[in-house]
Amino acid sequence: MATTTISSAKPADAACAPARSLWQRQRWLILRRTSQLLILLAFLAGPWFGVWLVKGNLSSSLTLGVLPLTDPLLVLQTLVTGHLPYSSALIGAAIVLGFYLLVGGRIFCSWVCPVNVVTDAAAWSRRRLGIKTGRVPDAATRYWLLGGLLVAAAVTGSLAWEWVNPVSLLHRGLIFGMGGGLFVIAGIFLYDLLVASRGWCGHLCPMGAFYGLLGRKALVRVSASKRAACDDCMDCFAVCPEPQVIRPALKQVGQESPLILASDCTTCGRCIDVCDKQVFKMTHRFDQRSE
Amino acid sequence: MDTGKKPARKPSDAASPASAARRKFINSVAAAAGGGCLLALGAGLYAKSASALPAQALRPPGALPESDFLAACVRCGLCVRDCPYDTLHLADLGDPVVTGTPYFTAREVPCEMCEDIPCVKACPTGALDRSLTDINKAQMGLAALVDHESCLNFLGLRCDVCYRVCPVIDKAITLETQHNPRSDRHAMLLPTVHSDACTGCGKCEKSCVLPVAAIKVFPRQLAQGALPAHYRKGWEEKARHGGSLIGDQVELPVRGFEGPTAGRAATETVVAPTGPAPAPAAPATPPPPAKAAGGINSHWKP
Ligand code: SF4
Ligand code: SF4
Ligand code: SF4
Ligand code: SF4
Ligand code: SF4
Repeated sequence: MATTTISSAKPADAACAPARSLWQRQRWLILRRTSQLLILLAFLAGPWFGVWLVKGNLSSSLTLGVLPLTDPLLVLQTLVTGHLPYSSALIGAAIVLGFYLLVGGRIFCSWVCPVNVVTDAAAWSRRRLGIKTGRVPDAATRYWLLGGLLVAAAVTGSLAWEWVNPVSLLHRGLIFGMGGGLFVIAGIFLYDLLVASRGWCGHLCPMGAFYGLLGRKALVRVSASKRAACDDCMDCFAVCPEPQVIRPALKQVGQESPLILASDCTTCGRCIDVCDKQVFKMTHRFDQRSE
Repeated sequence: MDTGKKPARKPSDAASPASAARRKFINSVAAAAGGGCLLALGAGLYAKSASALPAQALRPPGALPESDFLAACVRCGLCVRDCPYDTLHLADLGDPVVTGTPYFTAREVPCEMCEDIPCVKACPTGALDRSLTDINKAQMGLAALVDHESCLNFLGLRCDVCYRVCPVIDKAITLETQHNPRSDRHAMLLPTVHSDACTGCGKCEKSCVLPVAAIKVFPRQLAQGALPAHYRKGWEEKARHGGSLIGDQVELPVRGFEGPTAGRAATETVVAPTGPAPAPAAPATPPPPAKAAGGINSHWKP
């Protein structure tokens, strides 16, 4: 499995040359964490300061009293159970669906999802501690799980996955208070740290799988436009949560284009941050330039 | 996964590298499918086993029947946010209520039965049904006076608090007068809940003065019985049709109850002065010797 061999590479962050400033080396990470934090704060401004910007949680919300947003995967499950939600939920799901179809599916994972912070922390700790143990499940497990949860919804006639879904569990918990859910989150951290490198987000999470499917034709893409400058330091492979997506673009395996087109790419921009040769850049799907 | 390994053990396949790749592929697909389906199955089974609503948890007004509710509610908490009294909570994993769904506990914060029902308006999915426009028609639960031994009104006192706080007073809950057999001269005013009007708001349980409430509000399916569907109440049918449906009945004479004890309970015959008084009856009624037939006179004056 690719991920197990990658984790033996040297810690990426340590290898940075002084030539690039801290901002250059951490720009996309900082932007991403800011985005995740601001989204959370928008939900928390109400309960904490009485300023009701966004009510609800990632499952369904109402922004400034007018803009409904609903998780399309949840609406899909609801439809599968045989219940037709009110139009506000349907419109909300359509808006979210349109956004991720257009902009980038797994942008949800790296720029919005709160679990991403947990799994990134686990991956970072794993690299730092040099842990190489464990057994990684097949990366396709998430698609089976996605199918399975739809079947479970149809068979049980309820949103079965929501009983345990760590993504909504954590986000709801952060906003409405959390107790037992912490164990699930701790479980994911330990699983990613000790058992499977990038195990949850990269192999199991059905929400990531769903948003990945949405983003197959999304506009925002990372390009290895200066791939000629690559000196095979492997830093990008070491930090990338989905390392298998880099090779086709960087090494021209099976494709000419320098664009990372695989929908598993979370558009996190971490490869841009860590590359001393500045091989990668954030761009759009039609930008085929390569220097 | 056993299923994945079986094709790999065929000796004819084992030689060529192509078959090795295929074997690896089949193995990995089987592992992924097995793992994925197992996780989903686990979630499904957990969902099935944990889907009963516990006795003390009540759904917000307008909630669909529990099984439909669990299909519709996306656990967003918009109803929780728009409740002005902070009545509602979202259940956490490990709570007895289904993870993430809204509920309230009557004894903690009951529903104040807002006239505009903001919680229902806030729900984007229809888990709270907007066809509920009159809060008095809500059926969040049903109150039941469960503890007849502690309820002060059952002890013959006048507490009445649950009755007085009820937003649907005199319809959902009434005080029914009954003879108090203990003092034998007072009335008991028993709080009595009527299922056709009780909304299950929980205010009665919240305000019960006892350390542990004697009146409690339960989800309807727990608190309510049901007659067989084919039962008809004769007196109701009679009233509806302006007369008995089966015509006049032959009046048969009642036999076997002749004599002075006719129509009396067995205990009363023991102290009846007309009969030969049995020996144990005397110590049971010691001081007032002047016991007249048909009444007890203890010479008590208010
Ligand atoms: S894969 Fe799942 S848990 Fe990970 S970031 Fe994406 S949605 Fe969140
Ligand atoms: S290829 Fe780059 S942007 Fe895509 S997931 Fe990997 S590190 Fe993030
Ligand atoms: S009717 Fe009012 S008090 Fe009752 S749950 Fe709804 S918002 Fe809260
Ligand atoms: S608003 Fe509706 S969907 Fe959201 S938690 Fe309340 S009942 Fe569930
Ligand atoms: S729950 Fe109690 S207070 Fe509320 S309507 Fe029923 S009897 Fe009245």
